[in-house]
Amino acid sequence: MSAGGRAGPSLAAVAVRGAALTYDDGTQALQPIDLGIEAGEFVTLLGPSGCGKSTLLKLIAGLLRPSVGEVRIRGAPPQALDTARHRVAFVFQAPTLMPWCRVAANARLPLDLAGMARAEADARVAEALARVGLGDSANKLPHTLSGGMQMRVSIARALVTRPDLLLLDEPFGALDEITRQRLDIDLLGLWRERALTVVFVTHSIHEAVFLSQRVVILAARPGRIVAEHIVDEPYPRQPEFLVSTRFAGHARQLQELLAQASTTADDDAAGRNATWPHGSAGREPRWP
Amino acid sequence: MAMTGAAAALSRPLRAVLYPALVALVLLGAWQITVDALEVPPYVLPSPWRTVQTLIADWSMLGAALLVTLRITLLAFALATLCGTALAFVFVQSRTLETALFPYAVLLQVTPIVAIAPLIIIWVRDPTAAMTICAALVALFPVIANTTLGLRSVDPDLLGYFRLHRASRMQVLLRLRIPGALPYFFGGLRISSGLALIGAVVAEFVAGTGGTGAGLAYQILLSGYQLDIPRMFAALLLISLTGIALFAAMSLLARGVLRPWHASEINRE
Repeated sequence: MSAGGRAGPSLAAVAVRGAALTYDDGTQALQPIDLGIEAGEFVTLLGPSGCGKSTLLKLIAGLLRPSVGEVRIRGAPPQALDTARHRVAFVFQAPTLMPWCRVAANARLPLDLAGMARAEADARVAEALARVGLGDSANKLPHTLSGGMQMRVSIARALVTRPDLLLLDEPFGALDEITRQRLDIDLLGLWRERALTVVFVTHSIHEAVFLSQRVVILAARPGRIVAEHIVDEPYPRQPEFLVSTRFAGHARQLQELLAQASTTADDDAAGRNATWPHGSAGREPRWP
Repeated sequence: MAMTGAAAALSRPLRAVLYPALVALVLLGAWQITVDALEVPPYVLPSPWRTVQTLIADWSMLGAALLVTLRITLLAFALATLCGTALAFVFVQSRTLETALFPYAVLLQVTPIVAIAPLIIIWVRDPTAAMTICAALVALFPVIANTTLGLRSVDPDLLGYFRLHRASRMQVLLRLRIPGALPYFFGGLRISSGLALIGAVVAEFVAGTGGTGAGLAYQILLSGYQLDIPRMFAALLLISLTGIALFAAMSLLARGVLRPWHASEINRE
């Protein structure tokens, strides 16, 4: 993808070129990564704990800088973009709300930081809260909300800036299955209606297949991209898709790709058993 | 059990007052009965009733002394809060300054105030000012330590979010660090208010100033010389009550500010 080209302002594309991250103590968190994401794409980064998928997302956001290589958003380094041109929203694993602020003030935060006029900011907040189904909760404090509702506030906060690139770091990982699925469906709705580019990090094969057009598979120690998988299924995707044979097929393929990646890692290490390496990395993909 | 049923019927704030009051009633009753039964002379141990009688009889003297001590305590507390908070802000802005200065804050904390007080009293001519400085030194450290910790205890993801949205240092401070530090700050104030009183009393002892500007500590010293033990007890009672009042005031203030959102106050319900 020609990220450095004459991309129009509506085009939000990500280009990661040879970006690697090594910590000060010499640990290599990410081997050089090459990844291009087209405007309007829904891409999932899938992998076990410790594979660097969150790190990669933070590199794209500009929260971390690569040790070597470069990250470009619409042709410019993420840090170089001012707020007006940045238009990147980040949703963390936890809701990360300010507990002392009411829901509306939490959602208004990025607009307040940008110095937007109060009236316009309030209008945007009201619209975003209504979109995530929290129109009635604007005056509540975060601790009075359920985990799922707090996550919705976090998403509303991401929407108020009218981003064209939405980065989500395992956003629904701590929620129960039913709430998670509802939020997944809502997210797909948002993506389609706002023509967003979405980069979604998860360790759930289910979620990856259900949501994405393209799944990028990462392996751990050191973190690297090992495979890509296209989920060529039509949208809108309904809950029925979850129990279809096509869904199971994609999930099996992802499962195999993840298993291969871990086997390779084990071959590199010593043995040839097909479990996840290094204990704590865990058998996180929970596909039967 | 009937007892637990009755306890459950009382509201939480009522119990918080009632239970300590019952303990006080039992202890004071035992004290009064013991003193009466053994006919302990008041210059050895005055009964609670005798103490209260003395407090009322000597109120003109003791009340004036209370005002003096209270004034020094509140001035010192205000000074400690102001300086401690300012230092905490400096520490948070610059690790270098914190590293350079923090040992001296500890030094102030660990050096007994009784040892420094004579020096301060010599240097600072005005006795009220000198005693205020002594008391403020005692009360300073908890404000510095707690506020610094509070300003630092920011959710790293939330801080990342602020950075992502190009928040200025001032925005991070006003919108994130200061509100987040409030629970720690109030914890510091609660400790410092009591320490300011202790500092004021110690400074008065060391200064030993009498006359019109005499505080409660001086009244205790004087009563000791005159073997007027009931008045000593009355003065002591006033100091304790002042300490409790300060603590309660700080707790109420903290609750007023934090109650809507902070776990320490939410969970009280």
